[in-house]
Amino acid sequence: MNTLIFRTFAPFLTALMLLFSIFVLLRGHNEPGGGFIGGLIGASAFAIYGIAFGVQAVRRALWFHPMSIAGCGLLISTLSGFVSAPLGLPFMTGVWIYPTLFGVEVPLATVVSFDIGVYLVVVGTFTSIALALEERDDA
Amino acid sequence: MASPATTAVDLTAALVAAPVDSTQWLAVLPIGICLGVGALLMMIRHRTEWHAPVALAGLAILVLVDILLLSKVLTNGPLTMMMGRWRPPFGIAITVDLTGALLALAAAIVAFACALYAKIDISTSGRRYGFYPLLMVLMAGVSGAFLTGDLFNLYVWFEVLLISSFGLLILGSERAQIDGALKYAVLNLIATTLFLIATAYLYAIFGTLNMADIARKAPALSATAPLMTLAALFVLAFSMKAAAFPVNFWLPASYHTPRVVVSALFAGLLTKVGVYALLRVMVMLLPIEREGLSFAIAVMAALTMILGAMGALAQNDIRRFLGFIVIAGIGNILAGVAIGGAVAVGGAIFYALHSILLMTALYLVSGEMGRLGGGFGLDRLRGLWTSAPVFAAVCLALFFAASGLPPFSGFWPKAILVKASLDIGAWWLAASILVSGFLMTMAFGRLFLFAFWRPAAETVTTPAVPGGPPPVSVPSLSLARSENRWRLAPIVILSAFVVGFGLFPERLILATQQAASDLADPSAYIRSVFPEGDVR
Repeated sequence: MNTLIFRTFAPFLTALMLLFSIFVLLRGHNEPGGGFIGGLIGASAFAIYGIAFGVQAVRRALWFHPMSIAGCGLLISTLSGFVSAPLGLPFMTGVWIYPTLFGVEVPLATVVSFDIGVYLVVVGTFTSIALALEERDDA
Repeated sequence: MASPATTAVDLTAALVAAPVDSTQWLAVLPIGICLGVGALLMMIRHRTEWHAPVALAGLAILVLVDILLLSKVLTNGPLTMMMGRWRPPFGIAITVDLTGALLALAAAIVAFACALYAKIDISTSGRRYGFYPLLMVLMAGVSGAFLTGDLFNLYVWFEVLLISSFGLLILGSERAQIDGALKYAVLNLIATTLFLIATAYLYAIFGTLNMADIARKAPALSATAPLMTLAALFVLAFSMKAAAFPVNFWLPASYHTPRVVVSALFAGLLTKVGVYALLRVMVMLLPIEREGLSFAIAVMAALTMILGAMGALAQNDIRRFLGFIVIAGIGNILAGVAIGGAVAVGGAIFYALHSILLMTALYLVSGEMGRLGGGFGLDRLRGLWTSAPVFAAVCLALFFAASGLPPFSGFWPKAILVKASLDIGAWWLAASILVSGFLMTMAFGRLFLFAFWRPAAETVTTPAVPGGPPPVSVPSLSLARSENRWRLAPIVILSAFVVGFGLFPERLILATQQAASDLADPSAYIRSVFPEGDVR
């Protein structure tokens, strides 16, 4: 895919999709969305970037290997389940804190960190698959 | 975006009020450890030199946690933790009873032994492809399946272990591996889909997925609801997983293709998870339907064990040979499920534990035989007795155990099963257990005769394994080379269990009988999930 239009447009599209994927991820707590669907959108963003500029460009831009990102996500999700341990609550119980940042009360929870973990797992796994398939195309 | 009104709902009625006992954490720790260490290994995927130590440390902790869990369950009875504090039957319960704890411990020991063996067997490129992370995730799936108290959750753990097993199966990307993996994947996906359909059907009938809840509702529903159909679906799905006779073609088609250590892991764990699910669902949840299907299961068991043993007799490749031995063992376990009653089910659980440890040991031994003899074909292997006498003795003990000859661990569960089938008058089932044991003895005798006793030919001095030491100069158990230590330590560990359970079976027989009577009468299991005893 070496058209000028696509290559000019791809960075903006990628940025927009990544932003939207994070929006979907955070929205998912109370409304449709969440880590899985957000992760899919994020992975498609990287796939589009890969189609436009080649797999190597995506790998350089990501810095970490996609599978390492997935591993990190899995670790975050697993650890989120254990946060409730010192509080005498069972595994995976949601623990909330309400810090005030810049005068705004921000509810934070292990539920959210679990979902962020899911997001990273999905982004990592699907980017890895997409890049492997695109690499095959290049060769 | 979140409207404040939604958070104001009073949830106290939906949450477990009782504080969490620290021992309850033992129930989820095995899963947490495996997932956490697996994730960590995925993150350090390029530091392959760290993989083995981290995984071994994680698995050692897993073994310790499983030992603690088993001792707690032995003294206090079943242990439950409700995920996310949601009240049963709505929340997901992790409920550990004696059966689950025993099997989880055996699985952890096997995984540790395999991780030890893999230090040499898996090359750097295999590690880069993620052997150790996949092993840890596989163990998360296996532990989760053994420890969960929720049927849908059981399905999820099946998927977890299935996905990681696909990854392990094609480690190396050889043509034969892809071929084996395809058959394995397709047939296992069909079985998992059947399991999912059966679970959905069960949910439609019972309105619950919590095992304790199903167990207490099933007797009242068995007259009106189509539970027999449901039970038949579950039997079909799980016997596919367990590789029982009419639906076992995936196992001999795939188990000889991956790395030896992967085959060892699969032979020890995967079919046993299927057997465990069958035990859990048929013996504990649907006992009346098990009674109705017992003849069908018994026929399946007899055919599985006899055809498995006959298949083993016909094989030339020792890894294919062992695949059929796995199947024959599954037949014996199924016989216990078919007979029913605490004694026979206890025998089946004993056999499952024995089979987990033994099959892994046998596959590891086959890898060692292949290395010493320069190939896996019986036509190539010869004279191992002279080149490695101590190793040959260990092999002989394992072969005896697999054939069910005393004084090794295979003898006791078979004796229990034969006696139990004679007690209910199923003489033909008892006969088929004995015939299959006889056939297996012949098969192993043939293997020993060819590979060990046949005098070594003068020409076989060049090793087929590139880089491997020549077969004649290998010091057998002298542990002179550090490489040999890693190869032989896991075999020695597993053989020690096999011999130990054969010589001192009393405690294990007691524990498995207790586990079986807990399955047959799940009142303690139900009380552990519903402590208030609100029996509706």
